[in-house]
Amino acid sequence: MLKKEMICIVCPNSCRLSVWEEEGRIRVEGASCARGMAHGRNEFTHPVRMLTSTVRLEGARHRRLAVISSQEIPKEKIREALAALEGVTVSAPVRKGDIIVRNISGSGADIVASRTIPAAE
Amino acid sequence: MKKLDMDIAVIGAGPAGLAAALKARELGAEKVLILERDTEAGGILQQCIHDGFGLHRFGKRMAGTEYAQVFIDALEKTDITLLTDTMVLEITAQRTIYACSRQEGMMEIRCGAIILAMGCRERTAGQIQLMGYRPAGILTAGSVQRYINLEGYLPGSRAVILGSGDIGLIMARRMSLEGIKVEGVYEVMPHPGGLTRNIVQCLHDFDILLHLSSGVVKVHGKKRLEGVTVARLDENRTPIPGTEEYIECDLLVLAVGLIPENELSIGCGIEMDPKTKGPLLDEEFMTSVPGIFACGNVAVVFDLVDYVSDSAETAARGAVRFLWEGILEPLQYVKTVPSGNINLIVPQRIRRGGEKTVSFYLRVKKPDKKVVLEVQEKDRVRESRRFAFVAPPEMIAFKAAASGSGDVILDMKEGSHA
Ligand code: SF4
Repeated sequence: MLKKEMICIVCPNSCRLSVWEEEGRIRVEGASCARGMAHGRNEFTHPVRMLTSTVRLEGARHRRLAVISSQEIPKEKIREALAALEGVTVSAPVRKGDIIVRNISGSGADIVASRTIPAAE
Repeated sequence: MKKLDMDIAVIGAGPAGLAAALKARELGAEKVLILERDTEAGGILQQCIHDGFGLHRFGKRMAGTEYAQVFIDALEKTDITLLTDTMVLEITAQRTIYACSRQEGMMEIRCGAIILAMGCRERTAGQIQLMGYRPAGILTAGSVQRYINLEGYLPGSRAVILGSGDIGLIMARRMSLEGIKVEGVYEVMPHPGGLTRNIVQCLHDFDILLHLSSGVVKVHGKKRLEGVTVARLDENRTPIPGTEEYIECDLLVLAVGLIPENELSIGCGIEMDPKTKGPLLDEEFMTSVPGIFACGNVAVVFDLVDYVSDSAETAARGAVRFLWEGILEPLQYVKTVPSGNINLIVPQRIRRGGEKTVSFYLRVKKPDKKVVLEVQEKDRVRESRRFAFVAPPEMIAFKAAASGSGDVILDMKEGSHA
């Protein structure tokens, strides 16, 4: 059986996890809490990541708007989602939480503004 | 010169300054002012678009920009005055601030209390020894972050990162996602400078190698960076002959440490701690000058913004108390003394007398496993905590009771059954 060694990143405690499959069940060793257990299991079966990036912004003092995914998205979809953001342009004003792209790359997550930017005077 | 009278003036509108001003106002200080040299509030968080902020405080992983926005939105609902594009020139020990801005001209601000929240800045190429010319393409990690995240420029196409501080790791991922090839991260120390989770998320995820005990020994190129020579280093940080390797790159990213920005504090005669490079603080985060407090990264470089906000609120409570009660007689202090694996402690001293709960922030000297941290006061153990794992980049924050009757020793040693 193949053990996967990883470091839990859910909190700064950085517990060292070993994850493996045994008789059809995923086993996690080394986690200090339930969130770490869940993280180990997920990293083993379907790793997900938050996506943070920027999109082009018009009509504001800044040229880029910071954005974040509304939830984690499958790791293998990150590149595709980033490519989809390349062509996006947003006009100020923008409020934190405004949806920029709905259901990005079919991941189920929306891309939302992570800050408020007023229109340039 | 324009004259102002304020209850509390906060210098800096980053995460520390925003939290300090909001808390001071909430606790009843009436005339609260924030002075900020940038054109808007938020400080460095404006360019921290990545997530991982706010886990302790808000119980979720927010982008740095989101975290700052919570405080900026809260600020807008108050009558706190925020003066942006305003440079503080001098602070006096009598709590007068001299500042200037294009809108207001010169200002003299007399304050009931002052909270320093100027943050820190990055060490630059001038502060580390780099052989070779000074071509374009050598930038601090924070500058690269600003170019990419705020201004929308890619400052290179192939990058080498020197130093494994958190911003460098964050930028390794950010550059990879934006199509800049990251050739590797070189760290002169035998252990990483940044948080473990950043190494996992920013390097492992992108197959970027972290080379410990290694450094850049020469930069090549006259006008534009063409490459760097890296080498392994021995215990004295001397390059080991025969280990040199040339790497072609047009961007060298420096993530070689942060320094609290204390020119104003020093100018005002505030006593400094050579270890934290911040002011000597007591449990209310008051400096050696009565009525002047410090919080956030100007006090000590924190690794979590949540701790920055907490320290700001501690300083704000102290400042409001000072405003109302003043200090009747000169304060007497007991020291907080690091022992064993403890490298630095904030606060460095505690007011004598009176049982109190103190928020401690510490860093260890070297990584260790299964250790016990003890708070000892007059040979009595006041508090004892076990840690499965400790490392220098991971600051330890906790609260413990102290009576101020004698020096407080913080000791970390092997735990038998941790
Ligand atoms: S297992 Fe729990 S305690 Fe350990 S790092 Fe993960 S979340 Fe933190």
